[in-house]
Amino acid sequence: MAIKKPIVISVLVFAIILLSNFTETNPYFTITEKDVAFEVPKGFPAPTYTFANNKPTPAGFTLGRRLFYDPILSKDSSTSCASCHQRIAAFAHIDHTLSHGISGLIGKRNVPPLQNLAWGQSFMWDGGVNHLEIQPLTPMANPIEMASDIGDVIRKLKRNPYYREAFKEAFGDTLISSERMLKAMAQFTGLMVSANSRYDKFMRHEDTLTQFELNGLVIFREKCAKCHREPLFTDESYKSSGLYPDSTLNDPGRELITGRIKDENTFKVPSLRNVAMTYPYMHDGRFRTLEQVLDHYSKGDYYMLNVTPELLATRDMNDLEKKEVIAFLKTLTDKTFLYDRRFADPTYH
Amino acid sequence: MMCITTVLAVVMSFSAIAQPLQLHFRNVVDGKPIALEKDNYKNGLGQSYTVSNLKYYISNIQLTPESGKELTDSDYYLIREDDSASMNITLPHIPIGHYTRLTFSIGVDSLHNCSGAQSDALDPVNGMFWTWNTGYIFFKLEGKSSASKNPGSIYEYHIGGYKAPANCIRSVSIDLTGISLMPVIVLPPDTFHKKLKITGIDISADISKFMNAATPIDLTKISSVTDFHNAAKIADHYQQMFSLIKKDYGY
Repeated sequence: MAIKKPIVISVLVFAIILLSNFTETNPYFTITEKDVAFEVPKGFPAPTYTFANNKPTPAGFTLGRRLFYDPILSKDSSTSCASCHQRIAAFAHIDHTLSHGISGLIGKRNVPPLQNLAWGQSFMWDGGVNHLEIQPLTPMANPIEMASDIGDVIRKLKRNPYYREAFKEAFGDTLISSERMLKAMAQFTGLMVSANSRYDKFMRHEDTLTQFELNGLVIFREKCAKCHREPLFTDESYKSSGLYPDSTLNDPGRELITGRIKDENTFKVPSLRNVAMTYPYMHDGRFRTLEQVLDHYSKGDYYMLNVTPELLATRDMNDLEKKEVIAFLKTLTDKTFLYDRRFADPTYH
Repeated sequence: MMCITTVLAVVMSFSAIAQPLQLHFRNVVDGKPIALEKDNYKNGLGQSYTVSNLKYYISNIQLTPESGKELTDSDYYLIREDDSASMNITLPHIPIGHYTRLTFSIGVDSLHNCSGAQSDALDPVNGMFWTWNTGYIFFKLEGKSSASKNPGSIYEYHIGGYKAPANCIRSVSIDLTGISLMPVIVLPPDTFHKKLKITGIDISADISKFMNAATPIDLTKISSVTDFHNAAKIADHYQQMFSLIKKDYGY
């Protein structure tokens, strides 16, 4: 027995290495130089995150993808980034109002989609995170999300033969550090670019929109686009959209970060790209459908503390206009992004 | 004649000679080394406290010479009471001569609070990084106090913030007048004798000065500061805790 055990363990370890390498040598999951080229789409502004000190490489991207899909980042190795950020929902959490964490814990906010992060000036609903690279630390450290300690995670990665090899491939030597982990993840998340919806093709004169959708675009530009600014469909500001606070959540929003009364109940304006895929809606996921969202904006029954004056424009939308706006919003669904094989889960098939 | 020429040559080249200079941070309470989790201390209000954890960032170290340009060190250092090696900062190339002032910051500047993933002293594994509101914790002091109303009678100060509502970066200035930084080289014993000793400066970081400053921190009222509330006030306190340890520096 004493002799057999190490053999069994080595065979197991070897099998794990073989298996883990297998997925990434499958052509569907193979990442090439071409796959990691970052291009600013036509009509987009200059990105905030330029990859200046973190040039994406196939090995770095592959490592970042693996980390994104690996529950090893959570305290009890149960929950990965992808547990809440689902590719089919533009990396939001479909049909979940509030985020889920380890041990069945429930968070306080709706999972936002992940797309066009390289243009983000801040992250989280309250803008508490100031840089794409360090964003993963926030859900990792949150006791109701992944509840892990970054030091423990690095120790777990160092013990893992797959990661020893993957870090070496990505960075040239076997050092496994938080800096390298986070940079690899930023290569993966920073390349999540959505810019090929029907709206984008229309803007590039490659496709047409129906008259109904075009009517929606006109109304959208008149009433919504000041905050949901094209082409990113957010101006990165913090606004109160007049939602009555949920007393079970007691979420002060942006005020938590700035301490300013005028920021109470304000949240980051979310991008509307792929919005048809990212239900439920709002920072606390209170609306299940776009119709409910538009009803809120047109009804005019707003919670007045810090409510954004732009909502004056949305109050008088009639039912037809709402339908037209929703038809337009559905043109923001980007199947190229949603089904991009580069972002698929390499650990599960 | 030969001997005088050699001495002159050495004197003339002094300004060009650089050597490492060490800054030794000595964390103390009332001038005595901290006994982590053991000794009970008292603040100016008579409230007792222990120290279980003490860490802080030192950066932007500058030495002002009597004449000429300031020397600046651009590294970041994390001083940890549980790691004696962390308490000695080596500045590699300090020209010998007379210096009037040592200044440094407690904290991390805004640029390095907004620079993404970093390593070494700025690695988030050091437990000095906030994730809910990005930025480094500049100063962390934890312990117990019978005056504290927190569970387990703990008190904790996690102070950071590089912008409004609480900018907690503080600058400390230490007068070095009369201290010469001289080289460790062998010279005829009757020429430069005493001036040859100094290779390090000892700086005291006294927690009793932190606790008391101008008015003592009332541990019944301010026993937990972990965001911007009260943070600037605590930062004003840690600014007051540093001083030069007076000893024979060889001048």
